[in-house]
Amino acid sequence: MADGTSRKALSANGIVKRFGEREALRGIGFEAHPGEVVAVIGPNGAGKTTLLTILAGIAEPDAGAVETSGGGVGWVPQQAALYRRLTVSENLLLFARLQGHDDPAARVEQMLELTGLGVRRDDQVGSLSGGNQQRINIAIGLMANPSVLLLDEPSVGLDPAQRARLWQFILGLVADGTAVVFSTHDIQEAERYAERIFVVADGGGVFNGTATELRDAVGSANGSDFDLETSFLAFLKKEGH
Amino acid sequence: MRWLLLKDLQILRRSPLQLALLVIYPIAIALLVGFALTRGPEQSTVALYNAMPAGSTLGFGGEELNGDEIKKQLCDRVDCIEADSTDQASDLVESGEATAAVVVPEDLGDKIASLASLNPQRPEIEVIVNGSSAVENEIVDDRIEAMLAEANQLIAQRLAEGAREYLDLILDGGEFSLLGQDISVLGLKNSEKVLTEVRQKVNDPADRAKLDQAIRFASLATDNLDLAGPILTAISEPVVANKTEVGDEAPSLDTFAIAVTAAFALMFVTVLLVAGSLALEKEENAFTRLTAGLVSRGQILAGKVGLGTIVGLAVVVILLAGLSVFVSIQWSRAPVWLLSSLLGAAAFAAVGAALGAATREVRAATLAAVMICLPFALLSLIPDDAVGPAIETVISVVTAAFPFRPALDALTGGLELSGPSVWLPMVHLLILVAVYSGFARIALRRF
Repeated sequence: MADGTSRKALSANGIVKRFGEREALRGIGFEAHPGEVVAVIGPNGAGKTTLLTILAGIAEPDAGAVETSGGGVGWVPQQAALYRRLTVSENLLLFARLQGHDDPAARVEQMLELTGLGVRRDDQVGSLSGGNQQRINIAIGLMANPSVLLLDEPSVGLDPAQRARLWQFILGLVADGTAVVFSTHDIQEAERYAERIFVVADGGGVFNGTATELRDAVGSANGSDFDLETSFLAFLKKEGH
Repeated sequence: MRWLLLKDLQILRRSPLQLALLVIYPIAIALLVGFALTRGPEQSTVALYNAMPAGSTLGFGGEELNGDEIKKQLCDRVDCIEADSTDQASDLVESGEATAAVVVPEDLGDKIASLASLNPQRPEIEVIVNGSSAVENEIVDDRIEAMLAEANQLIAQRLAEGAREYLDLILDGGEFSLLGQDISVLGLKNSEKVLTEVRQKVNDPADRAKLDQAIRFASLATDNLDLAGPILTAISEPVVANKTEVGDEAPSLDTFAIAVTAAFALMFVTVLLVAGSLALEKEENAFTRLTAGLVSRGQILAGKVGLGTIVGLAVVVILLAGLSVFVSIQWSRAPVWLLSSLLGAAAFAAVGAALGAATREVRAATLAAVMICLPFALLSLIPDDAVGPAIETVISVVTAAFPFRPALDALTGGLELSGPSVWLPMVHLLILVAVYSGFARIALRRF
């Protein structure tokens, strides 16, 4: 889990992103520490994916800056970004080569061991289950040994068992010091796996803290004994979203 | 970029249907076109009923055709079925066994012979066609018209020859057979000579004046009828075409057909493959990951154009190798047509990349590729002289914006020395590679 120091794996300040006249992100600040799991939650269209793509360096912000500790950022898109006609090892080998690893074949072996998919190495990705495809998807995001891993709704479409296996895998990375930032619509998943919750609404960062702090933010009068999802909805209502 | 190219080739190898199409398509096209080029046109079947009495002949002026020869004249041009009556000939056409029937009436020989008499009659033959096939009717019509035109010309020549013989008889005199009796004709030249001799023995001035008139008439008639012979020969074939070819020698029809086939195969394979392959990057969600610091959009574009160029070139080589079984391919010119194919493939690949980048979806890219390529290719095949100057200009401008025409010109020139110059189309193709790659690069910004 987080090392408890002020060392940051990733920080962003004053991030603004516009799509034409629409301002998708309005001066958001964000940070993640090594070994920390941060959940980014918010209503549809709040700007979660836009924020993650900017943090990953895929999209350029119109204003603001993103800084990393130097270990790089791994990006795992919501839908598996894999070539379905290639095998598991061919997909891994392609990205290892594109990332310029000195020994791509050795890196593929490490990733196969990490994902536990060595026995499926010669299977075409299209023949794998959604959960296994997502493991390969994450493995490619991890291939460059990033200090921060950004996942856009990683458990969408997975059944509970697949979701549990996926999180077991992710938490293994966290234990090794990787900062994990993930977006989700599943508030229970955020509460269960994230140490910190970052709420985005209407392009702004409206909350940054633990699940307990989110409950406290709506106060006992609003039912602090409620589950987190109810508290989250109450919080959004209170904030005028 | 090489890893992207390798990845695309691996994906291609994993798509058995696509791979099979890429290999089978050029071979199948080569077989079809090869057979079409080497086999002559199929002959139509025509029923022939010759109603002329046995032993009677057709013709005059020394050359005559009997029934077998009439049949041979017709059946050299079409497959014949002999019929025993007009009704049977008609039935054969109606049943589809014959495309048409030709009925030679019993009085055809007499009517043709009458053309050289004082009471000429118009000879006619009857042609029966089946109205159910417009195309076959047109072909049979053309062949029968050509046959009749040939026969009419022959008859006109024979008539002219017969008339010349009569003129010679009138001019020079000789023996003439009429109703079984030989008649001796003095002729105008001999008449003039005889009258001149008689005139010298006549003393009466009035008689001599009359003889002078007769001698002058004979002299004038001889001079003028001497001109009638060449005129008769001329009107039997009034215009003779002397063909003179100017400008560059045109490539053979076979070469043009091969180049059209190769250009079509190159276009469809390359545009569809590249458009689909680029759109697939989006559909498989891989584009975002690739461009997240791994490779640039330009490198992805170059990889796709490279893929299309390699596969397109391979397709042309397979196609030409297949066609070489049927027709002669100038392998000594292989460097030129390989370069033409390479540039053509690159230009079509750039078009495919632009379409794939613009559509971002495999199905939409495929549909757009077919709907855009086909009209451009067909417009490119319209000969310049087949339309008016204004439309020709429009077509030239429109087709210049697409690689089919320059690719066709480069391939035609590459396959045959006498074809169009290859260098200008090659430069044209290079410009199109740059233009369409530019379009694709712009479209990839919003991919």
